[in-house]
Amino acid sequence: MAEQVKVLGSWGSPFSKRVELALKLKCVNYECIEQDLANKSQLLLDYNPVHKKIPVLIHNGKPIVESLVILEYIDETWRHNSIFPHDPYEKAMARFWAKFIDEKCNEGVWKIMWCKEEERGKLVEEVLQHFGTLEGQLKDKKFFGGEEIGMVDIAANFIGYWLGLVQEAIGMELVTRDKFPVLCRWMDEFVGHSVVKPILPPRDELLAIFKARFNATAWEY
Amino acid sequence: MAEEVILLDTWVSPFGMRARIALAEKGIKHEHREEDLGNKSDLLLKMNPIHKTIPVLIHNGKPVCESNNIVQYLDEVWPDKSPLLPSDPYLRGQARFWADFVDRKVFDAGRKVWATKGEEQKSLMEEFIGHLKTLEAELDGKLYFGGEKMGYVDVTMVPIYSWFHAYEVSGNFSFESHCPKLVAWAERCMQHDSVSKALPSPEKVYQYVLQLRKRLGIE
Repeated sequence: MAEQVKVLGSWGSPFSKRVELALKLKCVNYECIEQDLANKSQLLLDYNPVHKKIPVLIHNGKPIVESLVILEYIDETWRHNSIFPHDPYEKAMARFWAKFIDEKCNEGVWKIMWCKEEERGKLVEEVLQHFGTLEGQLKDKKFFGGEEIGMVDIAANFIGYWLGLVQEAIGMELVTRDKFPVLCRWMDEFVGHSVVKPILPPRDELLAIFKARFNATAWEY
Repeated sequence: MAEEVILLDTWVSPFGMRARIALAEKGIKHEHREEDLGNKSDLLLKMNPIHKTIPVLIHNGKPVCESNNIVQYLDEVWPDKSPLLPSDPYLRGQARFWADFVDRKVFDAGRKVWATKGEEQKSLMEEFIGHLKTLEAELDGKLYFGGEKMGYVDVTMVPIYSWFHAYEVSGNFSFESHCPKLVAWAERCMQHDSVSKALPSPEKVYQYVLQLRKRLGIE
C-alpha cells in the first residue's frame, strides 16, 4: 500500500515543526494540512479528541498525537537515519533531556512571557539556571545528538529558533552569547542545518505575531 | 558481569511504585533503598543532581531518572519477561500517549488537590475525576489498558489507586460512583503480586496526606 502521511500542523508552531523536521530527516514524504487554531477543524477534533491540539501525525489513516510521542513513532516506523540512540541507556538519557527541555526551559520561558511584573525576576533566575544545565549537557558536541541532529536537538527547536524571536518581542535577553556561548553556538548550527533551515517559519511574520500576542491571552498551539 | 540494580525510592510515591511494579513484573533482582526526602542521601543527589527526586534506577552504576523513563528502560533492557509496551509502533504510540495523559492530566490534577482547600479543591477534584472518566472510556471493556495483560499504561496509572481512599475520605465521595469500571480495573491489577506488594496500604497513605496538609499549613 502506498504510504499516506499527513501532518495536522500550524506554520508557526515549534511542536508542529518538530514532527516535520523528523519526517524530513528521514526523507518521508508528507502532506502538511494547516490548521486554524482559533477555529478548529472537524478533522483535528476527530483525530485528537482528548487534547484537540496540533500536531497530529496521520499515518495511513491512523493518528498519533503529542510531538515527543510522534517522534518516537517516526523513529520506530522509518528505521533509517535514526534520531534516537540505539543503546537503551542513551535512549533513556535522550528522553530525559527532551522532557527537561519541555518542562523546564520551554515552560520557563512561557511563564516569563505571561507573568506579572513582580514575578519576573524569580522566573528569569530559574530559567537561566535551566539553560545553564542544558548548556552543560551540550559541552563540546556539535549537536545534542553528537555529529548529527538527534531527538534532543529536535525537542530543543524552540530554543534553537523561536526563543530569539520571543526575546525580541518581550524586550528581554535571556540567552546571550556572553552568558551562554555553547548554547548560542548550537543555535547557529541548528538553524543553519540544511534540513532545518528550509522548514523554519518566516522570521518577520512570527515576530509580528509574538509582539501582537504578548501579554494577551495565551498562545495556543 | 553480574547485573547490579538499585532503586532509590520512597514508600508513598506513586512514581516509585511504577518502578517497583515493573521490576517485579519482570522478576529483576534489585536492591530497594528507601530515601528520606527531608534528608536526601549523597547517592540520590549524585545520581539525580538535576531534579534530586526519586525514583532513580541505578543499573550497573548508571542512573536512569523519571519513572516513565525507568519503566521504558526496563522494558527495553529486559524485553522477554512481561513485555510492557506492545511491539507494533502504532500501539506503542497509543500507550505512550495515555501514559503521558496519566502524568500530565491525572497525576497533575491529583497532586494539586492536596495543596488546596475549599472551592479551589472542589474544582480540582472535579477536574481529577473528569480525567479519570476519560481514562475509563479508553479502557472500553478491556481487562487492562494493555489488553489481555497489564502493560505500560496500567503500570503508570495503577499506583494512584493506593491514594483513592485518601481522596475519598477528604472529599467525602466514592470513586465507585463516578468511575466504577476504573475501580474494577484497579482491583483486577491488585490481584497481581507485583502490584499488591508495590502499593502501600491506603490507610497509611491517608495518614501521610493528613501530615502533609498540616505541614503545608492547610489543615
